[in-house]
Amino acid sequence: MKSFDYAAPTSLAEASALLAHANGQARILAGGTDLLVQLREHLREADLVVDVKRIPELMELSFTPEQGLRLGASVPCYRIYEHAEVSAAYPALAEAARIVGGWQIQSRASVGGNLCNSSPAGDTIAPLIALGASCTVVGPEGTRQVAAEEFCVSPGKNVLRRGELLSTIVFPPPAKSGGSAYERFIPRNEMDIAVAAAGSWVELDPSGKTIKNARVAITAVAPTPRFAAEASQWLAGKPATEETFAQAGELAKKVASPITDMRGTQEFRVHLVGVLTKRTLAKAVERARG
Amino acid sequence: MAHANELYLGKQDYQVLGKRPVRHDGTDKVTGKAIYTADVQLPNMLHGKIVRSPHAHARIKSIDASEALAMPGVFAVVTADDFPDLTEKFALMGEAGQVNLTELAANCLAKGKVLYRGHAVAAVAAANVHIADEAASKIKVEYEVLPSVTWVLDAMKDDAPLLHEHLRTDSMGKKADKPSNIAVHLQFEKGNVTDGFQQADVIVEREFRTASVHQGYIEPHAVVALWNEDSRLKLWTATQGSFNCRQQVAELLQIPVSQVLVVPCEIGGGFGGKITVYLEPVAALLSRKSGRPVKMVMQRNEVFEGTGPTPGSFARVKLGAKKDGTLVAGEAWLAYDCGAFPGGMIGPGCMCVFSCYDLPHAKVDGFDVCNNKPKTQAYRAPGSTQAAFACEQVIDELAEKLNIDPIELRLKNAAKEGTRRVDGPVYPRVGFVECLNAAKNSEHWKSKLSGKNRGRGIAAGFWFNIGGASSCSASVNDDGIVCLVEGSTDIGGTRTSIAMQLAETLGIAAEDVRPQVGDTDSVGYTFLTGGSRVTFATGLAAYQLGLDLQEQMKQRAASIWDCDPTSITVDKGVYKQNGHSLTFKQIAAKIPENQLDPVVGRASVAPEGSTNAFGVHIADVEVDPETGKVTVLRYTAIQDAGKAVHPSYVEGQMQGGAAQGIGWALNEEYFFDAKDQMRNASFLDYRMPTCLDLPMIDTIIVEVPNPSHPYGVRGVGETPIVPPPATIANAIHAAVGTRMTQLPMSPPALWKALSERA
Ligand SMILES: Cc1cc2nc3c(=O)[nH]c(=O)nc-3n(C[C@H](O)[C@H](O)[C@H](O)COP(=O)(O)OP(=O)(O)OC[C@H]3O[C@@H](n4cnc5c(N)ncnc54)[C@H](O)[C@@H]3O)c2cc1C
Repeated sequence: MKSFDYAAPTSLAEASALLAHANGQARILAGGTDLLVQLREHLREADLVVDVKRIPELMELSFTPEQGLRLGASVPCYRIYEHAEVSAAYPALAEAARIVGGWQIQSRASVGGNLCNSSPAGDTIAPLIALGASCTVVGPEGTRQVAAEEFCVSPGKNVLRRGELLSTIVFPPPAKSGGSAYERFIPRNEMDIAVAAAGSWVELDPSGKTIKNARVAITAVAPTPRFAAEASQWLAGKPATEETFAQAGELAKKVASPITDMRGTQEFRVHLVGVLTKRTLAKAVERARG
Repeated sequence: MAHANELYLGKQDYQVLGKRPVRHDGTDKVTGKAIYTADVQLPNMLHGKIVRSPHAHARIKSIDASEALAMPGVFAVVTADDFPDLTEKFALMGEAGQVNLTELAANCLAKGKVLYRGHAVAAVAAANVHIADEAASKIKVEYEVLPSVTWVLDAMKDDAPLLHEHLRTDSMGKKADKPSNIAVHLQFEKGNVTDGFQQADVIVEREFRTASVHQGYIEPHAVVALWNEDSRLKLWTATQGSFNCRQQVAELLQIPVSQVLVVPCEIGGGFGGKITVYLEPVAALLSRKSGRPVKMVMQRNEVFEGTGPTPGSFARVKLGAKKDGTLVAGEAWLAYDCGAFPGGMIGPGCMCVFSCYDLPHAKVDGFDVCNNKPKTQAYRAPGSTQAAFACEQVIDELAEKLNIDPIELRLKNAAKEGTRRVDGPVYPRVGFVECLNAAKNSEHWKSKLSGKNRGRGIAAGFWFNIGGASSCSASVNDDGIVCLVEGSTDIGGTRTSIAMQLAETLGIAAEDVRPQVGDTDSVGYTFLTGGSRVTFATGLAAYQLGLDLQEQMKQRAASIWDCDPTSITVDKGVYKQNGHSLTFKQIAAKIPENQLDPVVGRASVAPEGSTNAFGVHIADVEVDPETGKVTVLRYTAIQDAGKAVHPSYVEGQMQGGAAQGIGWALNEEYFFDAKDQMRNASFLDYRMPTCLDLPMIDTIIVEVPNPSHPYGVRGVGETPIVPPPATIANAIHAAVGTRMTQLPMSPPALWKALSERA
């Protein structure tokens, strides 16, 4: 590993200035569970590493049923799933946080880091999209909001510009009869990377029989995480049945464009999109019904 | 051995054997204080780094290290040219056979051509790992990329890219006249298969394919080399055989063996993959050039890309049986890849394919085939697992066709004392029938399995287990503790199993023996730890050492009592003569008091032949037909251990082998892309099972004493990896009716097989 400078700013403004004016390549360090591995394996280089964990906004986790969730970009995963109210309000997010690596990883790894690493297979990204999360980006020119589904632009790349960092991920308040679920397919049962994954969110009408609104996101099956817009829109007004879920799965497949690699064949991955969309919708509906 | 047999065979009331004492190396290992090679730090030590080929097959046009050598903190660079001329030089390595030194050297540092991605090309030593890393990236190697091949059948084709222009197929001693990737064609035959198959009422013939898999030991290869001014070379290393390492290094560097001292450190697994040297000679060359000690530690990707996988294979197996289930004939055609250089695992594969059955007529053809993968290495029962994957599925299918219970079919044809294997040897007393009966009577086999997409499978496996040279010595302390020095590097807890055999012989407690693995200057020659030989052969040496010590203790007691030593009797460590009685410890205390000669014993043995271990595994699985994922619900491993010296270790070996075999069955594989580059050289994407992927692996130890060991010990380490892939395949077939003939039976593969059927 090449030697680099290290800074640990305590405010967003300071961090942004450091990043904007760095000589050479600056890298943001949250939990470091991606970054340090990448530096060691020469997949990334850094001249300056900016540790953002001392910035209060990035370590904030606040939730009220009325306001929803404000999740600081660097909050480690364990704080999400150990938070009973947050876990109950956003089960898809908690499910993802619980499967990122093992306990050691979860005590460091952040959702912000997962999103900013922008891997097509990042486990928390489908839940963010399905739950309608919005990303607060702070930079030299001020603050902007980016929808979760628009954040990643290609494998390892995202919308952040020089000097910008992700500060907070904002989740809308939970719907009354809402539910969500995330599931990834891995050949083993832990410590593995998604071959394909889906996150689903639904809101049911008061009868509990019909889907009022839905959002489906799929990951690890395209260069970026995908919002399955057609499937999501089609679901609105449909009966909450296995048949509907299966059909939504077929529609979700349309936005999948996977490759064949050591994790699975293209054909298999497309097939899994259908299976996982169906399964997560069924689980989300079950949760919505309480 | 007649004397030993009379003494102990069939003896049941052991004092130490069969008990479960705390392992002697336990505290060091669980407290993190055990010294592994990477822990060794020497003054002024440098750090070495290997430059590896990015191509699967290429000619090396030039190597330019000038930029690296100009960097501050860089001390030496070596390439293949730093080896002495080894043309036409061969070394006899005991039971490891004849080794071509040119090829062994070229595997450590490529000469002229690189033959696989990850092939070592050069190495650099620098003041720290970071400089070494950077310097390695500045060594410029120019390549001319050549076409490559990684699938064994493709490599056998006439128009396949050739790895070695000089290689001519050796068919039963006859050399072919044109070059080929096929190094060897061998054939075994018994009876007349054509006649045999004519007697068959049912014949099953199928083809099977398996991917390369890695041993997956947790500790990457590591070495510290110190080439001293007096030309003595000292190596601290993780090896399965310190004497074999010593010999390989000495031969490669063309120096006398006594000039090399190998200090075996604690070792984090080997499974056959730490027998061949990789880093040792390279670190030695760097140390000689720099005049400083040099440490080299591989990264995980280097372990996958540069060290031994087990062969990828193709097998065609045909078996014929009569209506009543009697097997009449068998034919097998096996092609195993050996990777970059000749000398793979095809021999044992051919010997094992029908080794569980009494076949009157059989014929086996085997091919050792070079291709652009790392040189294959032994991996637990090398060659037998691939063969069993084929044969045991054909047996399963025969049982189904004949409507005979799969255990009954195996019992009817089981190899037993007097059965002649297709490759010639006739079995002495073996325990296959006993294992099958234990399976039949097991709670698991008798239990009912219900539920959709669930199925139960059973399969058998065999491994020879070898003998070979072993030495040990011991001294008796005043406090009665016996310090044992033995030569077998300990990869599976053998230190304790050997100490227990010594304790049993002496009639003292296991805790009263302190075993240690000696370096090559402090213990007699001992062949490597492999072939499941150590508990058997080094254990035999420990037994003889015990007799030697006992004899000396008798003499000391005789001096104390002033009597004839032959008049002394010994029972359970108590020495008696004419009313006198002293324990082993009491005599030990009296030796210095009476100014008697200290007691130091020694023994060395070199038993021949194999100890033959059979195993039978049972698995219950559930298949998710939507994803092709297999969950192993229940698993039982049954094996004949001869005598389980330390039952926990035997169970551990059975469980470990089963776990590795299940990984091999379900997910593990070298995944190559279109350019024959391995794409999954990490534990993330090379999917070994985690504890969440396996059920508790139940074990049943069968004890049919081995007639050639005083305590009846057979080796146990290798057999348990043989049955799992076939067991799981048979279980999948029972669950969903699909026969999986290709490994791994991964979710995409099984899903595809299921969807094609639908
Ligand atoms: C053993 C192991 C297992 C793993 N298992 C999984 C898994 O199951 N699923 C999964 O999805 N991932 C997994 N990962 C990857 C990793 O843990 C996750 O992606 C994690 O969420 C990254 O978070 P982090 O806080 O550690 O990010 P870091 O490594 O600190 O940063 C990741 C990237 O994001 C950038 N970054 C971080 N914070 C910000 C910010 N606020 N603004 C702008 N850029 C930022 C960094 O510069 C870096 O490029 C695993 C990693 C390891 C080592």
